[in-house]
Amino acid sequence: MRLRHFRALALLVFFGLVLSGCNVNKLPTLDEQVKAAWSEVLNQYQRRSDLIPNLVETVKGYAHQEQTVLTQVVEARAKATQMQLPADVLSNPQAFHEFEQNQAQISGALGRLLAVAEAYPDLKSNQNFLALQSQLEGTENRIAVARRDYILAVQDYNTALRTYPQRWIASILYPDLKIRETFTISDQAQQVPQVKF
Amino acid sequence: MRLRCAWAALLFLLIFAPSTLAAEPKFPTLTGRVVDDAGVLSAATQSQLTDMLAAHERATGQQVVVVTLDSLQGFTIEDFGYQLGRHWGIGQKGTNTGALLIVAPKEHKVRIEVGYGLEGTLTDAQSRTIIEQSILPSFRSGDFNAGILNGTQAIIQVLGGNPLAGESQSQPVANSAEVPWGFLILWCLFFFGPWGIFIFNWLRHHNDPVWQAQHRLALVSQRGSGGWSGGSSSWGGGGGGGGFSGGGGSFGGGGASGSW
Repeated sequence: MRLRHFRALALLVFFGLVLSGCNVNKLPTLDEQVKAAWSEVLNQYQRRSDLIPNLVETVKGYAHQEQTVLTQVVEARAKATQMQLPADVLSNPQAFHEFEQNQAQISGALGRLLAVAEAYPDLKSNQNFLALQSQLEGTENRIAVARRDYILAVQDYNTALRTYPQRWIASILYPDLKIRETFTISDQAQQVPQVKF
Repeated sequence: MRLRCAWAALLFLLIFAPSTLAAEPKFPTLTGRVVDDAGVLSAATQSQLTDMLAAHERATGQQVVVVTLDSLQGFTIEDFGYQLGRHWGIGQKGTNTGALLIVAPKEHKVRIEVGYGLEGTLTDAQSRTIIEQSILPSFRSGDFNAGILNGTQAIIQVLGGNPLAGESQSQPVANSAEVPWGFLILWCLFFFGPWGIFIFNWLRHHNDPVWQAQHRLALVSQRGSGGWSGGSSSWGGGGGGGGFSGGGGSFGGGGASGSW
């Protein structure tokens, strides 16, 4: 009788040690970090998207003959905003890369727009344009930082999910956690619009 | 032979590729509010900057740090800047109210790196204006001292502090006429019960060495019990620069850069 009690106690202590040693909270913590980093990425892309109408209007006032470039920017933005992000976008490669490509198109179109703006001295000395330009530059930089933070968060999360002992823990406790998608580095998306002075 | 070379190269890549991918720049140590790693600032400028920045922190709690870099180590200044800010933890934890003025004389780059919490006041557009108007003209003529001084002044001005006029105001209040003692007694009693009397007395006499000697034991026990953290004079109290450290703020790439 006493031996059985002792065994139960030992078993309890053993499992307690195993659970705390394996850190059962690690995966949910990393998962939340990935989500937070992703929100920041969305936030910064949204910020860029919000700058575009104002920028397009300003450029139009000085360089209305550059219709094609202006239209490209507006269309790229429309395409990106119209895309409905599915709830599982982070573990859905197709949706994730579509999102990434849409944003890359905006980057490309914006780059062309700013390059075209170089040819208009009046536009280049317009205060509003200068302010927008620096905001856009800052936002591109914030996007780069947010993407890098996201990539690092996903790296931590995916590594934990694919290695032992978290792999066992996930299969028992968190079967719904999936490998997360991450940005492709050598993409057109990495190209920041060239802003020259 | 060729195959072996290829294998060796592959092995080399496999071993070193991950570390180069995740490579972090080597950061200078945070020795004060002014870190002159490139050695372009005179001692007078450094102490003037330190005083300005310390006064600004006393007045607003915002940490602004000036740093000149010996080299960007192949990184862009944007890439280097936010990582340096995070590494040092400039700005208060939670509110992230910090900013850096980064100058890389060798690469001819300058950047104002703005912490999350200051992005609303020191905007990208404002940062660009400061760089274009206050900093670059002096840098173009090779005068780093003037450029950095003007730039720092402009940053502080934009952030809303007024360090030159605010220096005397931001000293710890020692004038008893301005302190509502009656209210303080009630407040202390309400929150701390019997300890309140003691805390009240401490508030009145904590600058008085005789009283401190008399109550040393009580002070120690109070500190031990977590009554207060005693951190009131950690930064900026006397000289300003000594013992400066980052408050744990974070950066997300806000700000603007320029080159000359």
